[in-house]
Amino acid sequence: MAKPLLTVRGVETFYGKIQALRGIDLDVNEGEIVTLIGSNGAGKSTLMMTICGTPRCRAGSINFGGADITQSPTHEIVRLGIAQSPEGRRIFPRMTVLENLQMGAAVSDPKHFDEDLGRAFKIFPILEKRQGQRGGTLSGGEQQMLAIARALMARPRLLLLDEPSLGLAPLIVKQIFEVIRDLNANQGLTVFLVEQNAFHALKLAHRAYVMVNGRITMTGTGSQLLASPEIRAAYLEGGAH
Amino acid sequence: MTAATQQSQAGTDYRRIFIDTALTALIALAIIGPIVGMNATAPQGGLVLEYRWTMVFWLVAIIAAGRLFLQLLVWNRPAWVEPIHIKRTGAAAIAIGAVALLVGLSNMDSPVGFLAQIHPSLAAWMIAFGVFALVLGIWLMTSATKEIAEARGAQTGGLMRAVEPYGKYVGVALFLIAVVLPFIPGVDRRIVDLAILMLTYVMLGWGLNIVVGLAGLLDLGYVAFYAVGAYSYALLSTVYFPLWFGEGITPWTFWLVLPLAGLLAACWGIILGFPVLRLRGDYLAIVTLAFGEIIRVILINWYDFTGGPNGVSDIPRPSFFGIPFSNDENGFAATFGLTYSPLQRIIFLYYVILVLALITNFVTTRLRKLPVGRAWEALREDEIACRSLGINTTNTKLTAFAIGAMFGGFAGSFFATRQGFVSPESFVFMESAIILAIVVLGGLGSQIGVVIASIVVIGAFEVFREMAFLKAIMPAGFDPVQFRMLAVGIAMVLIMRWRPRGLITKRDPSIYLKEKKAVSADLVAQGHG
Repeated sequence: MAKPLLTVRGVETFYGKIQALRGIDLDVNEGEIVTLIGSNGAGKSTLMMTICGTPRCRAGSINFGGADITQSPTHEIVRLGIAQSPEGRRIFPRMTVLENLQMGAAVSDPKHFDEDLGRAFKIFPILEKRQGQRGGTLSGGEQQMLAIARALMARPRLLLLDEPSLGLAPLIVKQIFEVIRDLNANQGLTVFLVEQNAFHALKLAHRAYVMVNGRITMTGTGSQLLASPEIRAAYLEGGAH
Repeated sequence: MTAATQQSQAGTDYRRIFIDTALTALIALAIIGPIVGMNATAPQGGLVLEYRWTMVFWLVAIIAAGRLFLQLLVWNRPAWVEPIHIKRTGAAAIAIGAVALLVGLSNMDSPVGFLAQIHPSLAAWMIAFGVFALVLGIWLMTSATKEIAEARGAQTGGLMRAVEPYGKYVGVALFLIAVVLPFIPGVDRRIVDLAILMLTYVMLGWGLNIVVGLAGLLDLGYVAFYAVGAYSYALLSTVYFPLWFGEGITPWTFWLVLPLAGLLAACWGIILGFPVLRLRGDYLAIVTLAFGEIIRVILINWYDFTGGPNGVSDIPRPSFFGIPFSNDENGFAATFGLTYSPLQRIIFLYYVILVLALITNFVTTRLRKLPVGRAWEALREDEIACRSLGINTTNTKLTAFAIGAMFGGFAGSFFATRQGFVSPESFVFMESAIILAIVVLGGLGSQIGVVIASIVVIGAFEVFREMAFLKAIMPAGFDPVQFRMLAVGIAMVLIMRWRPRGLITKRDPSIYLKEKKAVSADLVAQGHG
């Protein structure tokens, strides 16, 4: 039933001599929300960046929608249908909201622009109000929404989200996770979510991976991991609500 | 205001003011003493230290008096001084300054005028006094006006912000002036020459603006492309075109070589671009700086090809599309039934550079609205985000370097044909620095800012040539021209202090939606999407 969209096999990534990823195997099936949780420095963001081609992995293979993308340059990977909302949002601060969204559509057909813009404004109505404002003047939550909306402008088959909850108020986090759930349920968007906010991420995800020191140590459905005593002890105690 | 009132209630603290003035004098002495007080001269047979303590005394006295003046009248203003008084004083200073300046200027050139009979350099002193009074008066007027407005609770946004909405009209006005400039009565050859120089720098500034302002790639070696363009024209027109196509081609060479020079410069832009693709910021700046020097050193040392330090001379002047500007029956004047005048060629050159500069501006503003221009701006903002959105950053950087270099090459070609002579000396690092200063002072990415900054910077250079009156006041051997870089430096420090992002900071978005509610299709359909 589940068709794999993204397959990661035995991926090892180095920063100089330091090994960040030690043989990662991971699958994201079409229509799923998959989350990767782990503590600071576990290699979560490195894996996400490796999927996008910077840095390149030294061993292993990455396959997306039937194509081997292990050696492809970043801009070609994006053209195949992987859009990324990078860590720390990385919106263009001096460009307006509208221009930011326009940049997101850089790889898609200009004919779709109106439709996609309307869709983005429907998902995040606040962006429509702020469309003429510079990206840098938005609040953190609005910037995160802009980063996600910008990624969606490329009409991706797979959306990579790197810590969308970083530094945001709990209410905003809830709102953003609600949007992700909605995109997945109603538009069939496949999402790969990297998070430290394990509680929210596990509740949202169909399946989840846990990463420790560059290795996947545990995998299962979101609710399985949420119930697992190790996960509770390592990531959830102290009440991350 | 409140500070001043509190001060007047407590009584002015004269002890503190005294200490402050003494400290100021000490610091001034420490700085001025060695620099001004001791002058190493080399008369026959060795180095001699010459002491000028009187001058040091006067300079320190002026600084201390100025500080005391500020302490007593500005920072601790007596309560009975109202802003309106200051405003009136400022107006009076402006009036006195203007009168002194006019009297001084009108008598400057007549050594037998009534002022000169009193004292040989009185006219010059009048001019200096007039300039000082004018500056002081303007400062007093503006600060008092601002204070009065603030006391009334009005919003004061500063001069630049008040001017900014009219930016569009400034552009149109400058354009109209530029078009009719050679025909304005009273405009002579000197002014047209200066305008040509300014327009050359405007064009170079606009070209560099693509690389630095839009794509955010700090390029300290832009003069290299200027040099490539100039030498391309010089060598092709003097040596290779006559060799390949015969002498008959000469009247046409400028128009044939211009695009070639641009292309060659663009190629050099790509050659520079490849090794620096992975570099940003300071590292990029160093490599581009080195690149600029490499080109210059090659021009000096490749003697057989470039003529080395002697340069290339007898470069053909541009023709009016085949008709030379000569004083004979085939010349421009005779063909169009005009009286011959050497000014005709200058005016023609002026329009050539005006059109070239306008093309640069047009292309840049158009590109900004196309995907490649948007990608440049996005690249300046965040390279990693750019890559994650599927933009090929390699191509984006290379196009920025190539197109910026191409306009530098056009400008270089024009420079060669105007001068009739090129040598490596014209392409030193200082040129790159001036062009970069124009772009930064104008405001990175702002087209109109570049125009204003070139007029200010190049104009300031020329104003210093005109300051003959300073020679009359200052000790013998003083040449104001030598101080022009100092003045530009001071201007730069002041602008960076008050306008850290350059004169014009406004950035027009490249896409708008007409109405806030409805998503309008027409703008996007025109290729903006």
